[in-house]
Amino acid sequence: MNIVVCVKQVPDTATERKLRSDDKTLDRDAADGVVNELDEYAVEEALKLKEAHGGEVTVLTMGPGKATETIRKALAMGADKAVHLTDDALHGSDALSTSYAMAQTLKKIGFDLVILGSESTDARTGVLAAMLAERLGAAQLTLANKVDIDGSSISIQRLTDYGYDKVEATLPAVVSVVEKINEPRYPSFKGIMAAKKKPVATMGVADAEIDASQVGLGAAWSEVVDFAAAPPRAAGTIVKDEGDGGVKAADFLASKKFI
Amino acid sequence: MSEILVLVEQVDGEVKKVTLELLTLARSLGTPSAVWAGPGFTADAKARLAEYGAEKVYVAGSADVVDHVVAPKAELLAQLVGSAAPAAVLVAATAEGKEIAGRLAVKTDSGVITDAVGLSEGFVADQSIFGGGVNVHSRVTKGTPIIAVRPNSTAPAPSPAAGTEEEVSVALSDAAKASKIVERVKQEKGARPELTEAAIVVSGGRGVGSAENFSIIEGLADVLGAAVGASRAATDAGWYPHQFQVGQTGKTVSPQLYIAAGISGAIQHRAGMQTAKTIVAINKDPEAPIFELADFGVVGDLHQVVPQLADEISKRK
Repeated sequence: MNIVVCVKQVPDTATERKLRSDDKTLDRDAADGVVNELDEYAVEEALKLKEAHGGEVTVLTMGPGKATETIRKALAMGADKAVHLTDDALHGSDALSTSYAMAQTLKKIGFDLVILGSESTDARTGVLAAMLAERLGAAQLTLANKVDIDGSSISIQRLTDYGYDKVEATLPAVVSVVEKINEPRYPSFKGIMAAKKKPVATMGVADAEIDASQVGLGAAWSEVVDFAAAPPRAAGTIVKDEGDGGVKAADFLASKKFI
Repeated sequence: MSEILVLVEQVDGEVKKVTLELLTLARSLGTPSAVWAGPGFTADAKARLAEYGAEKVYVAGSADVVDHVVAPKAELLAQLVGSAAPAAVLVAATAEGKEIAGRLAVKTDSGVITDAVGLSEGFVADQSIFGGGVNVHSRVTKGTPIIAVRPNSTAPAPSPAAGTEEEVSVALSDAAKASKIVERVKQEKGARPELTEAAIVVSGGRGVGSAENFSIIEGLADVLGAAVGASRAATDAGWYPHQFQVGQTGKTVSPQLYIAAGISGAIQHRAGMQTAKTIVAINKDPEAPIFELADFGVVGDLHQVVPQLADEISKRK
């Protein structure tokens, strides 16, 4: 089974995240780049499925040169090889053009199963997996907290507000995972050393047969009109509980008409 | 006024509050038409949609529309975008709503904006990104604006309209039927409001200490008619089910009131609740970062403070 796991390098939530003042895109230099947390669960799930059913795990990432750090981490966890889609023409791509560029690349490299995190911690749009399924004509099995494969049949538990839906499909499929699904492994020293020797193919828009007029900031289907730092919240009232903390909190809620 | 499609969210035929919010929002920019996907459309539902301003209600009553993951709803909306040429399509910014919006955007070659918290002339959307740190105005520049709006962004207000019913039959593609829902497993606790939709959320964290002690959090939630949330520390410990996790890897909530009990307020948690209108924090540690966000904070043991607060609210009702 040919499993492709999509990973994204995102700015570390724990550092300051900014938009660039010139083109209003994410400022990738302002913060440390890390693997999107939910994508680590996707990598883990891909490795588990490979261990159970055989096949190969390919990491696919789209991003600038420094996204190779993200590829190395996934390879160190145990993925077999990687494809890095990188091209200046891709800078500023929105979700639609990102999904188009990645779908083109996926068609080029081939797949039975595509796995990714249910959203990224930077944009948090939560649309990429659905868009990929739409573009690839593959079954959409998203928000999975459990994945089972039997031959060419795949079933998941799709997390819902009321519990979960049991969903079945036939491969090929696009799966997105939620954090509950597993516990991502830490790369071992051996894994880190082995990752250095694993093949990483670099592809540009031409290699992936991506129409350059459909990607990048100029092709985006939406635009940021303007942006500003959120005004800081006014300092609140903090009281120490001296046996009447609950009463004081109730007074506050009453003053705000919540009770 | 131009037509705006609003995809109805409903549970067992009952229209969810977020849909009334979207109809109210749509009214400020055009004439809303509700889109009902799947079986279960009743006279009550019709009356409710009309009460909040739906001039028209498109009803696609086939079970096929809800028996497969997301794609049929996107095909239904794409068909209506083609036939009605609306000025925009609004969906709720829930996990599923955003997926529908994404597929619809691809199908109709239209731009999509997710997690809007407001909408003004020209469908310019307000967004709050990076865990509430940056406010953005954005707009769709190609195709029909498709906008996923966060629950609790607008106060629903009635404004009766015709609610003229129009049957829609949708011919689903094989691709849309690729993922079949074979079973729905309900695990939700009690009759509390849905987490992302609730006007009030009471969340517990590490300080709660055990699964049993979550009854303290639930007790407060119930006197307030609130949903219960949990921090990742609490869900990881198995004290509360994962689908109630608020934060970076869980749900994003934007309620009128958020009460955080025993939650330190790590950046990952704040990313999921920072846009709440009013925040109350209860924590033993006076240095807990949650107090930086709180409109009102109590430094104290939640095991004493929360039950007292719940009692006090009951008394004052």
